[in-house]
Amino acid sequence: MSTASISLSKEPLVRFILRRADDALVLGHRLSEWCGHAPLLEEEMALANIALDHLGQARALYTYAAEVEAAGLDEDAYAYRRDPVDYLNVLLVERPNGDFAHTIVRLWLYSAFMSLWWQAMTGSKDAQLSAIAARAVKEVAYHLRHAANWLVRLGDGTAQSHQRTQMALDQLWPYAGEMFTSQPDEEDLIATGIAIDPETLRQAWLTRIMNEAAQALLKMPTAPFSQQGGRSGNHSEAMGHLLAELQFMQRTYPGAQW
Amino acid sequence: MVSHLTTEAARSIAEAVPDPEVPVLTLGDLGIIRAVALSDAGVDVTITPTYSGCPAMNAIGMDISLALTQAGYGAVRIQTVLSPAWSTDWISAEGHAKLRAFGIAPPHPRGTVLPVACPHCGATNTSEIAHFGSTACKALWRCNVCREPFDHFKCH
Repeated sequence: MSTASISLSKEPLVRFILRRADDALVLGHRLSEWCGHAPLLEEEMALANIALDHLGQARALYTYAAEVEAAGLDEDAYAYRRDPVDYLNVLLVERPNGDFAHTIVRLWLYSAFMSLWWQAMTGSKDAQLSAIAARAVKEVAYHLRHAANWLVRLGDGTAQSHQRTQMALDQLWPYAGEMFTSQPDEEDLIATGIAIDPETLRQAWLTRIMNEAAQALLKMPTAPFSQQGGRSGNHSEAMGHLLAELQFMQRTYPGAQW
Repeated sequence: MVSHLTTEAARSIAEAVPDPEVPVLTLGDLGIIRAVALSDAGVDVTITPTYSGCPAMNAIGMDISLALTQAGYGAVRIQTVLSPAWSTDWISAEGHAKLRAFGIAPPHPRGTVLPVACPHCGATNTSEIAHFGSTACKALWRCNVCREPFDHFKCH
């Protein structure tokens, strides 16, 4: 195996799959950073479990992308041998973890969206994407329940936990809108029922978020969804640091296995 | 190929392989062996993954290959098929009994809401300690009567 970076396919379906695979890989990596640092033993297991689910979803999607691209690549090539500009995840998932409230609010915003997204994708005309979705939709239901439970405990908890949770929501909110964007090369995929237009999920997502934020005594932010760019490869500084750690082994010892 | 190497025998061998994380269950009890087919080239075993992130899937594939190779079957190919998605409803009745005997509360049928019975004393006065347990498929529970903690195989 070579250390050289692979170039990003122009094929719309490959890119569509990679966008979602990258979301899962990067969030899974962020959650795994909590290993050994979680506030309680049970939470240590929970975050590691949720991280593993995301890695598993990423692997299934990368493997399928490799099959569609048919360029002799595999899941590891996509995960480890792209340059930052060729990762297509939303900025929300690459944000540093911050404190526990920050991690939970991000997981909640993302899982609330993904539970709708995977549910809609179970009806994809692409049999493999529909099969991956059928499994992922059950997993994300756990993630969402877990994050929403914590949101209420923290938001309706002590003065400090409330303040930190509100701050996390205010800071992450501008990043949430990117989840609802679709790319120009997805138009045909949406028209043929292979992909879905995430914009159609916005109202259901917002209703749920407003409802659960109210239960957690949190104020809804009024800031616009101003932060986006990850879907087109324009990442924040945090992404380079994340990839340096994620890719180190495979870049240094190509093809290393154990 | 020797005559005792039949499809049925290969299937029995694959189904008898223990699950690496819940070794009280066989892969047959778990319901993840989808198909076994013999050909001149060897044997193809089709399995369905449980959870996307289940780290045991690679080990399961290796264990099946090893068991069949040791039994004299030629090249073993493991294929995974995602659809229809595995659910805990596929665990056999025998699997449920084995789980209970091992101290793990078995999953309920999907879509039902039933109390989780303590696998040690049978009491239904139990409560969840943590939604995520020692493996992806289990949650941590406690019996309020005998006070023992136990794993509950989550409905999935």
